[in-house]
Amino acid sequence: MTLERHSVLRIVVKALVLFVALNVAFALVDFPANGGVAALGRLSLYNTLWPGRARLPYGDDPGRAYNLSLYSLEAMFASHELSRGAKPADEFRVLLIGDSSTWGWLLRNEDTLAGLINAMGLTTEDGRAVRAYNLGYPIMSLTKDLLLLSHAMRYQPDLIVWLVTLESFPADKQLDHPIVRHNAPAVRALIADYQLRADPNDSSFVNPSFLDGTFIGQRRALADWLRLQAYGALWGATGIDQYYPDTYEPAQRDLEADASFKGMAPPLLPEEALAFDVLDAGVRMAAEAGVPMLIVNEPILISQGRNSHIRYNFFYPRWAYDQYRELMRKHLHLATTPGDVYYLDAWDLVPQGEFTNSAVHLTPRGSTILVEQIVAVLRKQMLG
Amino acid sequence: MIVSVFAMLPTAAPIASHRFAALLHVVHVAAALLSSVRHAALFVTSVLAVYLLQPATPIAHLDFWLPSASLLLVVVVWCATQPLRLEAMRETLVTAGLIAGLVLGIGALGITTQLCCVVTRMPPPNILVVAAAVAGGVLTCILVVIVFAGHPARTTWLVFALIALLVAVKLNWPISGADAPQAETASPAPPPTFATIQWLGFSYIAFRLIHALRERALGKLPVMSLREFMTYVVFFPAIIAGPIDRVERFLKDLRAPFIFNMSDLVEGGRRLLIGVFKKFVIADALAIIALNDALAVQTQPGLWAWVLLYAYAFRIFFDFSGYTDMAIGLGRLFGIKLPENFNRPYLKPNLTQFWNSWHMTLAQWFRTYYFNPLTRALRMRNIAPPLIIFVTQTTTMLLIGLWHGLTWNFALWGVWHALGLFMHSRWSEFARARFGAQDASKLQWVTHLGGVVLTFHFVAFGWVWFALSNVETSLTFFRRLFGMP
Repeated sequence: MTLERHSVLRIVVKALVLFVALNVAFALVDFPANGGVAALGRLSLYNTLWPGRARLPYGDDPGRAYNLSLYSLEAMFASHELSRGAKPADEFRVLLIGDSSTWGWLLRNEDTLAGLINAMGLTTEDGRAVRAYNLGYPIMSLTKDLLLLSHAMRYQPDLIVWLVTLESFPADKQLDHPIVRHNAPAVRALIADYQLRADPNDSSFVNPSFLDGTFIGQRRALADWLRLQAYGALWGATGIDQYYPDTYEPAQRDLEADASFKGMAPPLLPEEALAFDVLDAGVRMAAEAGVPMLIVNEPILISQGRNSHIRYNFFYPRWAYDQYRELMRKHLHLATTPGDVYYLDAWDLVPQGEFTNSAVHLTPRGSTILVEQIVAVLRKQMLG
Repeated sequence: MIVSVFAMLPTAAPIASHRFAALLHVVHVAAALLSSVRHAALFVTSVLAVYLLQPATPIAHLDFWLPSASLLLVVVVWCATQPLRLEAMRETLVTAGLIAGLVLGIGALGITTQLCCVVTRMPPPNILVVAAAVAGGVLTCILVVIVFAGHPARTTWLVFALIALLVAVKLNWPISGADAPQAETASPAPPPTFATIQWLGFSYIAFRLIHALRERALGKLPVMSLREFMTYVVFFPAIIAGPIDRVERFLKDLRAPFIFNMSDLVEGGRRLLIGVFKKFVIADALAIIALNDALAVQTQPGLWAWVLLYAYAFRIFFDFSGYTDMAIGLGRLFGIKLPENFNRPYLKPNLTQFWNSWHMTLAQWFRTYYFNPLTRALRMRNIAPPLIIFVTQTTTMLLIGLWHGLTWNFALWGVWHALGLFMHSRWSEFARARFGAQDASKLQWVTHLGGVVLTFHFVAFGWVWFALSNVETSLTFFRRLFGMP
């Protein structure tokens, strides 16, 4: 009896010591610098056991979408087909950065911008095959785009296509998104490197403590990472990575008689209220790596319903959006210098019938219209 | 202190001293007190668990009435099967009063908005209605005592009544738009939907009650108190997923003095932790990729379909055996050694051995109360043995299938296994006659391994019927398994 009790005590003590050691070791090896499971995140069953995902993981209904949102950029990129291996010599690598319209909300992978470009079987003058990768992420923030771009630069792009819209620009909303807040060190580095206006000590940043780095502290990130690996099997089995409802609420055509935009009233949209510094940082980042960039002002729904003389759509009052386009033009100096940065203002390219549940989400036909225009610019300026 | 001194009793007993005798008396009293406290705790916890574990139902107050009906059924069957013992009347009345008090107490929680859903998922019905129902229950029990006293054969009526109730519970019932949960929204009432009644643990409760009724009819049911019988039927670790213990075995543990010792704590804790790991880590992870209706249609033909099938096969094993481990572990912590339900079923070389090691207590129940009596009855009619085997196995497996739910797929799952068992029995007969002792050759391990692989895949294919809700989807998935679109 005494012996048994002694054994139990020994087991309990040993278990406690091992538990503490494991937690400390985990915190030392895998401190949650960027979204948790930094080192572990690079380990992935994707591109080995399961096929790599065609777009970054995102979703709040994993049971139906076989996809989920997480904060670890390492884990996200490791699950993407971009991480399949070394870049083939005969590949002209195009990375598409942007919001949910680039990611392809309600679109099958073959109908996204990247999917459509790949289906065209383009080649460059020197015979390299154009291969587009979808790095869109359904969050409207240029800082989020910059964060993903900085991570994506290690994949040796030959061209970056950055799709933007006014909703991603408000300077005071740049850090309001979980993926930005949970990747504080990486975002702070961007702020420092590119002298961005965002406050590096912004209270919205999540600053993990040592305890947050332990096995227990990272349980959420670990669970997400494990679930991401598990859902890879279903992605491989079905090719499904988002839930497609049978019906959806179409984007609003009849609008409120409200001319304000993010608390700003007409007539003037101050340039400093928009995060052009982040846009500039992205341009610089690409230029420093010698990678050309095509910036696309993505198509928006131009509604013809009630109060459409005040607003173009749910997101944008006309005055604000028109001034934003002017500012974009002015800011990018209508840049068309080869090897530099190109700008395509596609704002009114897609007819209103080709939008789905939002003023920026396109139907497959709408995506095709935009891709044709993008490819036309690419052919003219870069592919020859 | 009590624990260690009590454990020393066998060696210390020969020491004759007044002080030790006094200490012995104190220890006995303490142990009896501990046993009594343990028994009372098990009884109250188990009764409360019937309500606490009952899932929400789309029909108002059903989450209160179904557990209450479970308790009433237990009391009714006890009244019908136990002799009237005046010497135990006081204890019976106390227990009955405690049950009625708990039901009324839970019902009374509905009076306060803060406490209304502490035990049940939704607010309980009006307390006056609950009181009337309790009074109705008391009258029912009196009537049962009058009707069944001294007539053990009449317990067969209750067996049929329970089977009818079990069938009713397993049927798909229309839920009107007004009853459906969506009715809480402002949208128009949806069309009626169909659903089974989610009556927590009723399948197991009904089988334990039928077991007691049959044992009574056979004159083998031990005499027991209402508190003991209630604890046996709704024993909280085993109410969700078994195992189905035998009442006399359960009573043996329940009546034994409760000696809290370290080995029970360690073994119980170990089984509990193993169960938690199997259920909440392995099974729940596999559940993500396990076969279901949506995936059966969405998956691409070929390899991926096999991944889903294997995931389901292992998921259901780890889920179910994990629950069993938790039940056995919890039981052990309270001094109850519940029977094993699994014995490495996927490592068995044939289907007969698989069914001797998968959900063993359910198989044993069917063997005792259906298969063996039917076999005996058919043998008396001079029917050819192969036909007897076919009929008994087919109907037994069909009933086991339908016990899971009254659907074509569960029936097909049962028939699938019945055919497998029949083929195996015929093959065994043939092989014995043809090869005799040659089976013990050097290649025995090869045939054993082949048998394991074959049996596992036969069982896994059977899970297609079990996992999916309809025949069409199942056939679609079978096509996908073999690379057909």
